[in-house]
Amino acid sequence: MSIILDHVSYVYGEGTPLEVRALDDVSLQIPDGQFVGIIGHTGSGKSTLVQHMNGLLQATSGRIYFNGQDIYDRDYKLKNLRSKVGLVFQYPEHQLFEIDVFSDVCFGPKNLGLEKKEAELRAFAALRSVGLSEELYYQSPFEISGGQKRRVAIAGVLAMEPEILILDEPTAGLDPKGRKEILDQIRKLQTDTGMTILLVSHSMEDVAEYVDRIIVMNKGKVMYDDVPKKVFACYRELEAVGLAAPQVTYILHELKERGFQVNTEATTIREAAETICEAIMMEE
Amino acid sequence: MGIVRTQDLVYEYIRRDEEGNVEGITTAVDHVNLDIVPGEFIAILGHNGSGKSTLAKHINAILNPTEGTVWVDGMDTSEEEQIWDIRRTAGMVFQNPDNQIIGQVVEEDVGFGPENMGIPTAEIWERVEESLKAVGMYEYRKHSPNKLSGGQKQRVSIAGVLAMHPKCIVLDEPTAMLDPKGRREVIRAIRGLNQVEEITVILITHYMEEIIHADRVFIMDGGQVAMEGTPREIFSQVEKLQELRLDVPQVTLLSYELRRRGLDLPDGILTAGELADACERLRQKNSGR
Repeated sequence: MSIILDHVSYVYGEGTPLEVRALDDVSLQIPDGQFVGIIGHTGSGKSTLVQHMNGLLQATSGRIYFNGQDIYDRDYKLKNLRSKVGLVFQYPEHQLFEIDVFSDVCFGPKNLGLEKKEAELRAFAALRSVGLSEELYYQSPFEISGGQKRRVAIAGVLAMEPEILILDEPTAGLDPKGRKEILDQIRKLQTDTGMTILLVSHSMEDVAEYVDRIIVMNKGKVMYDDVPKKVFACYRELEAVGLAAPQVTYILHELKERGFQVNTEATTIREAAETICEAIMMEE
Repeated sequence: MGIVRTQDLVYEYIRRDEEGNVEGITTAVDHVNLDIVPGEFIAILGHNGSGKSTLAKHINAILNPTEGTVWVDGMDTSEEEQIWDIRRTAGMVFQNPDNQIIGQVVEEDVGFGPENMGIPTAEIWERVEESLKAVGMYEYRKHSPNKLSGGQKQRVSIAGVLAMHPKCIVLDEPTAMLDPKGRREVIRAIRGLNQVEEITVILITHYMEEIIHADRVFIMDGGQVAMEGTPREIFSQVEKLQELRLDVPQVTLLSYELRRRGLDLPDGILTAGELADACERLRQKNSGR
């Protein structure tokens, strides 16, 4: 069970002077149960990449395999793929439309052809898993806060019980506490269910804190694909392509330059505090 | 008198149900008093729904107070006949650059504001040139805005406001939709306006790293100003900020964590350099023992 991209390219306006290679010979594998972060500056191809994974965009060349089947085979059912690979777009709350929260979340599973009762059970489970309080279930989705709307939209995708959940900048525009709440909920979902999660993000701090693996996109190509420590060790190269490492990386490098024996590979606050404490104790 | 001043500013929304019956009243801004000195760099922070954008819209006379008064450069914003003078004095930049750019060519877009004000053509071109230079976008003057990155578009939006020669610019989360590089470019341009052109800046943001250069920070909560002070004063109160659903910069959070683990560091550290200095002092003190 996994997604494999085999030499995938996606070209807009091929053969015209305006030709753009949005994806350029991308090969990668996403195994089950991984929490993957995808970073890259605006226009680097990260959204194009994730839209290939549930068949919204079709590669100009190359193959994509989902659970061992070629999704471009003539008899492959893309509808099946879309129920297995859930994609939450940027600003997903713009897609809410039903009269109340609960009906909105039911829409996806009903559309899959499930019976009313089954759809409702799934909707309840999905709303519980995003941590939305029960008193909001029968409110209009337009009268709740931004963070709550975002959760409802994510629940709408979860209710289809996907095996893989892709979130395209799920925290854009939320305040810090709202960001943390949503990401904590996603991590809990991942540990509880073992679901594979792909998180497209602009925030290096968030990515460092949550994911097992980072894919860095640049000009349609995979620039780095490794664990966060290894990727952020290349912070100068990341800066050159418009990205940055988490702030703690810069602090640790500054300390190292001044002769402190710190481990510059730490990427979260907790790890950084540990290595700085150790370095200062050592001096004594 | 300050460039922007509010006295007991209150703004209430009336909530209505589908038939238009009044359901209740929400007080979005609740007795806010501000007095902003010309040339100041002000940052306004607050979680979603704290009233910060509603407050900002009053400075540009997009909203009028339910109670209290707002003065922009001495003009009362509730007086209809002064509305254009007020908007010329206090320009506004919004979150999404795509909703603010109308021209087919960058320089044309920047020239729209002054043209609309009836400025003579020769002067419009001068203003377009100086505004684009101030935000570092002059070399893109002949480009189509559609082909620019988010950070570049946002800088064009800022140039468009700048060309109207405002005394004050209000920016409502100008970097919320940008990547790290775009954010850096926009913040650098904003700091330039404040320091070089001496324009009063009111920056509304979620990103704590962006406010460390501000002269004063206001934190909104429930429509009221919950905290006020210099960035250092604000960021030394980590627990209170977290209570207000806000973050502190990672450097400050790390210093807080180190203090919790028993290191003797000062309050309110804001930059990597300051933290490294503090660690060095600690090392000297320890080796001197």
